[in-house]
Amino acid sequence: MSPILFELLVRSIWETILMTAASGLISLVFGLPLGLALVATDRGGIAESLWVNRALGAVINGFRSVPFIILLVALIPVTRLIVGTSIGTWAAIVPLSIAATPYYARIAEVSLREVDHGLIEAARAMGGNRWTIIREVLVPEALPGIVAGFTVTLVTLIGASAMAGAIGAGGLGDLAIRYGYQRFETSVMIAVVIVLIILVCGIQWAGDRLVARLDRRA
Amino acid sequence: MNQHLSAAADAVPIGTSNVPDDVVRLVELKRRFGQTAALDGVSLTVRKGEILGIIGRSGAGKSTLIRCLNGLERPDSGQVFIEGREISRLGERELQPLRRRIGMIFQHFNLLSAKTVEDNVALPLKIEGRPRAERLAPAAELLKLVGLSEKAKAYPASLSGGQKQRVGIARALAARPALLLSDEATSALDPETTRSILALLKDINRQLGLTILLITHEMEVIRSIADRVAIIDAGRIVEEGPVWSVFADPKSAITRSLLGGIRPQLPAEISSRLTRTEGGEAILRIDVAGEAARGPLLSDLAEAVPGLFRLVHGGIDHVQQQPVGTLFLAVPGSDANHLARVIAFLKAREARVEVLGHVANSV
Repeated sequence: MSPILFELLVRSIWETILMTAASGLISLVFGLPLGLALVATDRGGIAESLWVNRALGAVINGFRSVPFIILLVALIPVTRLIVGTSIGTWAAIVPLSIAATPYYARIAEVSLREVDHGLIEAARAMGGNRWTIIREVLVPEALPGIVAGFTVTLVTLIGASAMAGAIGAGGLGDLAIRYGYQRFETSVMIAVVIVLIILVCGIQWAGDRLVARLDRRA
Repeated sequence: MNQHLSAAADAVPIGTSNVPDDVVRLVELKRRFGQTAALDGVSLTVRKGEILGIIGRSGAGKSTLIRCLNGLERPDSGQVFIEGREISRLGERELQPLRRRIGMIFQHFNLLSAKTVEDNVALPLKIEGRPRAERLAPAAELLKLVGLSEKAKAYPASLSGGQKQRVGIARALAARPALLLSDEATSALDPETTRSILALLKDINRQLGLTILLITHEMEVIRSIADRVAIIDAGRIVEEGPVWSVFADPKSAITRSLLGGIRPQLPAEISSRLTRTEGGEAILRIDVAGEAARGPLLSDLAEAVPGLFRLVHGGIDHVQQQPVGTLFLAVPGSDANHLARVIAFLKAREARVEVLGHVANSV
């Protein structure tokens, strides 16, 4: 592999990490509260409101049912509004975040829903308010699942970021298509695949380790 | 005879004065779930410092009842007074400070798995808004009270069921409640652990003067620690009174059935042979309690009414330091006069006597 290609590879790795990390963080910040809202507003929840629940669910399902490549293009005006441009790594972070947030909200929802209702009742019996229940019961008890779900989201984002090359965002997927595939640089293709495997394994390993440390249930 | 017993019951003061200091007063509480009435007009008081046990089969309305006391459940109608204050119409926000006056322990403990034992115990204090330093000292004290000081830094998953319930009790006491609600707290525990948890609750009741309301489906729990018992069936309190007097003289069929497990019953091989045909031997059931059970009842009987009788089954039990006995006697039935004299003698001694039937051959 030539030094130029190697430099390109390093830059692409950085771009992929940047896109994954930034959109991952944003999906965590917005997705977890959304997941909480889904659980809290559902029947028997701590802030039951079926209308809100259905509306939230419909919006989330709407975003989740659009294929990412279409979302990427459809969101161009939004991206331009937020980032100022619709091209480049930062521009890709907008659609990536918008796709990952409802995805992560659903994953967080599943973990939060599994928290034993008896624990919520115990917190209520102690005189706790909704905020207490969220802070002391729901989130800490669901934390292993919340972290494991975040790991899954990050891995999914690495895959999705490969498509962001379509709007000039760069990244490993873009490199593999333009050099590895279109210019027959087999060494680039192999290098990209190896880097991706290492990235995915690394994230999964770190996530699993963290879950094991957090999980006090067994 | 029933009048004698209930008069005796009234004469024994159990943790109460003429003017009862009620921690809880329920007035005509009703709650329906669809077609079924979980509570169908429950009126009840819990006096300061007593342990009131509410017993019933599953589905009798016990859980709904106990949840009405801290507003986890709302009655459709009726009133709930906690320390004189009506709470059944309060909003969630107004209920929160009130719930801190009421501790609760649960069948499945409901400890937070992500928190250490001491943080679980300190949680009610955190909810009160106390800083960490002011939480851990009382938590440590409570863990000492329940005998789990060395487990302060452990996580609940590493504890046994009995230890988990001890943590649950310590947590329920953290906010210095005026009332402790126990929702089937020993139902998930083995008999030995159950005894130790009940002993702990009794200790706390005595040491701290804490009022306890417990619900259970096990008469053994009532017998071990309750001062008074209320029997609930189909959403209604069917019977209520000091434990020993209810044990001695159960009025309702449901109470008798709940007592069946721990009171002497005529052995099946005898009851299956009972007939109405006189002759052979008559089988008598004798219930005796209080003073009447302290005396030498059977030897006096033998002296006063010469003739044969045999003790077939039964014994004297002690409930709340009161003797409560059930004896099954076999008396030769050929001489109706003899049988009548036995019965008359026993009734004169304030025993309740019932001729269950006759068996052809001696048993």
